[in-house]
Amino acid sequence: MSDPGETEAAISIVNLRVSYGDREILHGISFDVRRGETMVILGGSGSGKSTLLRTLVGLEKPTSGEVWIGGVDTAKMSESEMDAIRKKMGMSFQGSALFGSMTVGENVALPLREHTDLEDSTIEIMTRIKLGQVGMGNYEDYMPSQLSGGMKKRAAVARAMAMDPEILFFDEPSAGLDPIIAAGLDELILDLKKAYAITMVVVTHELASAFLIADRLVYVDRGHIVALGTKEEFMASTHPRVRQFLDRVPEPEVTDELDYLQMLMGDHKTTRN
Amino acid sequence: MKFQGRLEAIPRAVGASAIDGVAYVGGLASLAGQSAYIIFIAPFRGQRLHLHRAFHQAMAVGVGAIPIVSLITFFVGLIMALQSAYELRRLGAMQFVAGAVAVSILRELGPLLTAIVVIGRSGSAFAAEIGTKKVTEEVDALRTMAINPVAFLVAPKFLAMLVMMPCLTTWADFMGIVGGSVFGVTGAGFTIGSYFESTRNAIFVRDIYSGLIKSVLFGLVITAVGCKEGFSTGAGAEEVGRSTTAAVVTSIALVIVVDLVFTALFYVINPS
Repeated sequence: MSDPGETEAAISIVNLRVSYGDREILHGISFDVRRGETMVILGGSGSGKSTLLRTLVGLEKPTSGEVWIGGVDTAKMSESEMDAIRKKMGMSFQGSALFGSMTVGENVALPLREHTDLEDSTIEIMTRIKLGQVGMGNYEDYMPSQLSGGMKKRAAVARAMAMDPEILFFDEPSAGLDPIIAAGLDELILDLKKAYAITMVVVTHELASAFLIADRLVYVDRGHIVALGTKEEFMASTHPRVRQFLDRVPEPEVTDELDYLQMLMGDHKTTRN
Repeated sequence: MKFQGRLEAIPRAVGASAIDGVAYVGGLASLAGQSAYIIFIAPFRGQRLHLHRAFHQAMAVGVGAIPIVSLITFFVGLIMALQSAYELRRLGAMQFVAGAVAVSILRELGPLLTAIVVIGRSGSAFAAEIGTKKVTEEVDALRTMAINPVAFLVAPKFLAMLVMMPCLTTWADFMGIVGGSVFGVTGAGFTIGSYFESTRNAIFVRDIYSGLIKSVLFGLVITAVGCKEGFSTGAGAEEVGRSTTAAVVTSIALVIVVDLVFTALFYVINPS
């Protein structure tokens, strides 16, 4: 692991363990996200990839390990210290998580109103710019309930971008969207990448989307990292779990209750790289 | 062996639920404490108080409740007058109807009925609102935007309740007395003027303020329980229903407990 203070890595995760109650979800994960790159976290349902993302933005506290963001270890931070880091991050949620009682414009303006002393007119202009960037320029006064799923996601990206973050997180950007709208969102992510050279971390299980937007990919399986590398390295991987994921091979049917239990518990030995 | 196991199980269950109960009250106190800090201290340290959100809440909690509170306390005032007239008529003491109604409304029924209506309208709404926001990840979104969910969602509700509960209760008291006067005028030989005159002579200032103090406490309980239940909502839409129900049931129970404790306290402090 490189020196955490070094500017090379935007995020540096060292031996990260996260548990819900007695159940450990992430069993000691280590990797770096380089400044300006788009890192895609791949994994099946229940693999722990969403937990990983939630831990990175400080919604879950790790049981042990370190998460270095911008030269500081956020794993042991208090909520108020974490808030200072969060102002430099943006997160787009799976279900968009726009505030239903506010218009799209108010949603995007909210972080600016909360954290800056800008004039209302300035905030209004910035809101319009941010919405324009995601192709939602004319929807400022719409309520989230009046928007389609894809539009909501775009608006959520605009809100995540409001504070000009250094790191953007996406949780399943194309989940629940039809292929055309999903492709549009991939396009948006690529545009943002080109325009701002922002560091992005994207959690997804959509292979096509992952290979389109990623600089590097990391594959999380049952709380372990089993593969990490560029698209080419990933395609060439011979790891059985990665191959299974890439080739869309279904899990062998579980007939034995004990096997099922073992599968739920996450049998480490079979998956360790 | 089996019997011994069962013997141990009983105190263990009692202990566990006692700890849960204490933890629950601790959770309520923590929410109220954080909100108190956000409302009364943080603004002097340069943090913003969401006054416009509190204003919206105050409209929903207070102004929106006026019709139903008026209706209920008006009728209960009338009912109280009719019920007390049964006994007072036998004693030939119909002139005490006004006082009986006023004291029971001001000290007890005004604050309590207002609290029950506010639980049904707003306590449940708090739990449903925060619960839905939890389910749709809006609470998480607030946290990732470095906005404290308690400051954004809970503190404005506390502030609104602190202001609106005494106001609503005062109005409820008035409507209850008006309800009583309807019987007083039509069935007990009062004029409107003499009824209110008789009411004024029967009550003390402490009847009014003890009711208002209770109403403020009820407001705190309702807000804390509603918000806490909202935040403890798990995943899924049916969970929102569960926390709404829990908010209403727990609020009613706790309001009654608080009512008893403070009525007893007022009695001990000032028994005359």
